[in-house]
Amino acid sequence: MSYLPKPKFRHPDLPKNALGYTRRDYEGSVSTLCAGCGHDSISAAIIQACYELDIEPHRLAKLSGIGCSSKTPTYFLGQSHGFNSVHGRMPSVLTGANLANRDLIYLGVSGDGDSASIGLGQFAHSIRRGVNMVYIVENNGVYGLTKGQFSATADAGSKSKWGADNNDSPIDMVGLALQLGATYVARSFSGDKHQLVPLIKGAIRHSGAAFIDCISPCVAFNNHAGSTKSFDYVREHNEAVNALDYMPVRSEITTDYAPGAVEEVTQHDGSVLKLRKLAPDYDPHDRIAALTYLQKKNAEGEIATGLLYIDPEPKDLHAHLNTIETPLNHLGDADLVPGAAALEKFNAARR
Amino acid sequence: MQPTDIANPDYFHKVVDCQWACPAHTPVPEYIRLIAAGRNADAYMVNWKSNVFPGILGRTCDRPCEPACRRGRIEAEPVAICRLKRVAADNKGDVSGLMPAKTTVGNDRRVAFVGAGPASLSVVRDLVPLGYSCTIYDSDPKAGGMIRSQIPRFRLPEQVIDEEVGYILGMGNIELRLGQRVDSLKSLIDEGYDAIFVGSGAPRGRDLDIPGRKEAAANIHIGIDWLSSVSFGHIEKIGKRVIVLGGGNTAMDCCRSSKRLGGEEVTVVVRSGFGEMKASPWEKEDAQHEGIPIKNFLVPKAFIHEGGRLKAMSFDKVEAKIDAKGRRELVPTGEPEVMIECDDVLVAIGQENSFPWIERDIGMEFDRWGMPKVDPKTLQSTIPNVFFGGDAAFGPKNIIWAVAHGHDAAISIDKFLNGEDLSVRPPPGVQVSSQKMGIHEWSYDNDISAAIRNKVPWRDLGTTLKDIKVEVEMGFDLKLAYSETQRCLNCDIQTVFARNLCIECDACVDICPVDCLTFTENGEEDDLRGRLTQPARNRTQDLYLSDVLKTGRIMAKDEDVCLHCGLCAERCPTGAWDMQKFLIEMTHAGTACRSR
Repeated sequence: MSYLPKPKFRHPDLPKNALGYTRRDYEGSVSTLCAGCGHDSISAAIIQACYELDIEPHRLAKLSGIGCSSKTPTYFLGQSHGFNSVHGRMPSVLTGANLANRDLIYLGVSGDGDSASIGLGQFAHSIRRGVNMVYIVENNGVYGLTKGQFSATADAGSKSKWGADNNDSPIDMVGLALQLGATYVARSFSGDKHQLVPLIKGAIRHSGAAFIDCISPCVAFNNHAGSTKSFDYVREHNEAVNALDYMPVRSEITTDYAPGAVEEVTQHDGSVLKLRKLAPDYDPHDRIAALTYLQKKNAEGEIATGLLYIDPEPKDLHAHLNTIETPLNHLGDADLVPGAAALEKFNAARR
Repeated sequence: MQPTDIANPDYFHKVVDCQWACPAHTPVPEYIRLIAAGRNADAYMVNWKSNVFPGILGRTCDRPCEPACRRGRIEAEPVAICRLKRVAADNKGDVSGLMPAKTTVGNDRRVAFVGAGPASLSVVRDLVPLGYSCTIYDSDPKAGGMIRSQIPRFRLPEQVIDEEVGYILGMGNIELRLGQRVDSLKSLIDEGYDAIFVGSGAPRGRDLDIPGRKEAAANIHIGIDWLSSVSFGHIEKIGKRVIVLGGGNTAMDCCRSSKRLGGEEVTVVVRSGFGEMKASPWEKEDAQHEGIPIKNFLVPKAFIHEGGRLKAMSFDKVEAKIDAKGRRELVPTGEPEVMIECDDVLVAIGQENSFPWIERDIGMEFDRWGMPKVDPKTLQSTIPNVFFGGDAAFGPKNIIWAVAHGHDAAISIDKFLNGEDLSVRPPPGVQVSSQKMGIHEWSYDNDISAAIRNKVPWRDLGTTLKDIKVEVEMGFDLKLAYSETQRCLNCDIQTVFARNLCIECDACVDICPVDCLTFTENGEEDDLRGRLTQPARNRTQDLYLSDVLKTGRIMAKDEDVCLHCGLCAERCPTGAWDMQKFLIEMTHAGTACRSR
């Protein structure tokens, strides 16, 4: 809740990336969210990921809906494109933008209210169409902007700050994303940047629908005993299935991994995800097993995190539609208006 | 590593780099805030209490605070601390009502002072309010010591000296014996003083014994003696062509004074390189600004004279080389000697102590360099009631060191005369107070200015070179001064961490503009320093470590480049971070420093 902008002074030794930018160059305006909000940590993780990936800020578009989470794009990547859409409608706007210009990186930022309630249908369709995007849900289980009512992702049996029990079944966004065909599915925790930053990097370099469910404690309304989305609860019940290291290109496995403990997944763009197994026998390539595992952990009251599913060779919306490589917004009149003769020929073929 | 013990006053004192570096430990950020608030008289009194001569030091201090200033580590230049001190002095108005009341009741103890310079006057300032009768001897006609005799008027106007020396001499219970040189310590002791303080400075300028020295003596002058004669009006002219030998601040004062007394071609000649000169960078800059060339790597060979009159000096050209043992030495280049014509030469190649007036058979022990043995902490000599301070104690230093010695010697004298153990020194006075006024309101201004260091305006050369009494620097006006105060990072407003309140949400780590903060596993110092959000490479700056937190990690803060902006505390949802003003003041002589 600062009135002051963050001072421009930075650490004199702050490193620069390949583009000559420091991490601080990827920041946005200072956050107006509550002090200690998990969402700010996710913003910091996005900043870190984009800095480390040497992303040119003008090659990325961030889109959001309505809610605490949807305010956050103002607080990171101040030099990138942004679109703050209507409540729950971010996925449609993102899909349209992606159709018009497939060359940009699309980052959809949403919350449990925006994506699991009013925007559930929009969320579902953008995932099943395989829009090439990173879709992050900043999941705190409550409606923070309206003072902490349970959201659709609140676990049955969890207690509100005022003592009310939640009796409704929760919507599991990760489960939905898996069922709907997302090709990169992860869950993480705002309080663990070591896990979150590589997951975001892997998602940005994934050329299909990448979904990250990020549990993000609401310090104002959902960080008490009885909550299942508090710092303490998540830290106690967090069971990571694997630890991810993102490598821009294939490189030698360094010796600090035990043999067989690391799996390398090469993504379509050549980047490599090194997965260190933490849960024995967990296979992130088996969609059905992943669903079962998640249900099982959920029943045990544990929260499975990490890279839960990945298809390294995904097909995206443009592949489904068979569009040309050139972004549609780059096409001129000559390409878009082939003329009467071409129309005649086309119509003739349909007769 | 062990968790940091913030109850030890040294820990947070070190974070206030400027105050820690100051020999007298003046609370710099505190008075800078007072100047910003327009409270110049209060700012002056904070200084006066700590360093006794704010107006004088605001013009002449060696400024050990400025190289230490944290601002210099986050951008190009430190805060102009010294110049701000002068602003407080220039704009304070009448502070006589804030000064200690004139002492009327004495305590029957008599203390004698050898020399009326800054060291002695500081002791007097501390002892007079306690009731001691002070008798000050000095061979000069006016009190002030080297402040008056060696610093030229164009750097320090006489009325500033008169005013600040006057505050002390007006305290009562002081007998001034000016024009009276002490020729024998024994006879001074025999006069039955309860204690004696020697603050006689380093009064002997070094000479240069090379061919021609004797023959041309009439036009060869020892720098500090010559400056003193100029100060007291005994010398008003110098030849047209002047050579100044030496690279220290005295040499800079000599060359600039010459330029004002008729020297048209004034040249400074130094043995070593320009970079190795001992003069403060700003004094070199001032000399060059006045069109005085500084020639380096020239070793004096001979004074050339004709018929008893100085004509020129010859020099050997040398270069710096590293010998087989890795030592730097000056080796002749073999080039032909350099000849510089001149009418006068000023020798400013150093000064030293001289104690011909202390008898060697009265129980005072000297070391092999002929310096009296003085305890560095208590400033006591081997004659228990004789104390030393300033340049007389450990060789030439500067005014602010003399003041610091003065405070320490005053404590020792007071303890000594009250039968206390001198080795037990009084702890500093510390006040810690939260600056929190509201959710995001602090009682200090945490909005740091990005402005670069302001330059002090100079009076134009046409005016200053004509009259040796015209001050060159005009000082900041109030607008410039305000702008400069806003550059201060308020390093005394400390980030204080409460481990039991922290929920490890990372909000402070994310907001910190300079990546000071890390939550990580504990380890050995080297390992830990390398693992921080931004590796802590400046070993002179401490790490602030908490005890173990809920997740088994610790909070580690690298103090090095913290802006003290308070954003960590603003972002903290539980108040685990707080901004607390840490005001530390040295305890001076008086009942508070006695153990009973």
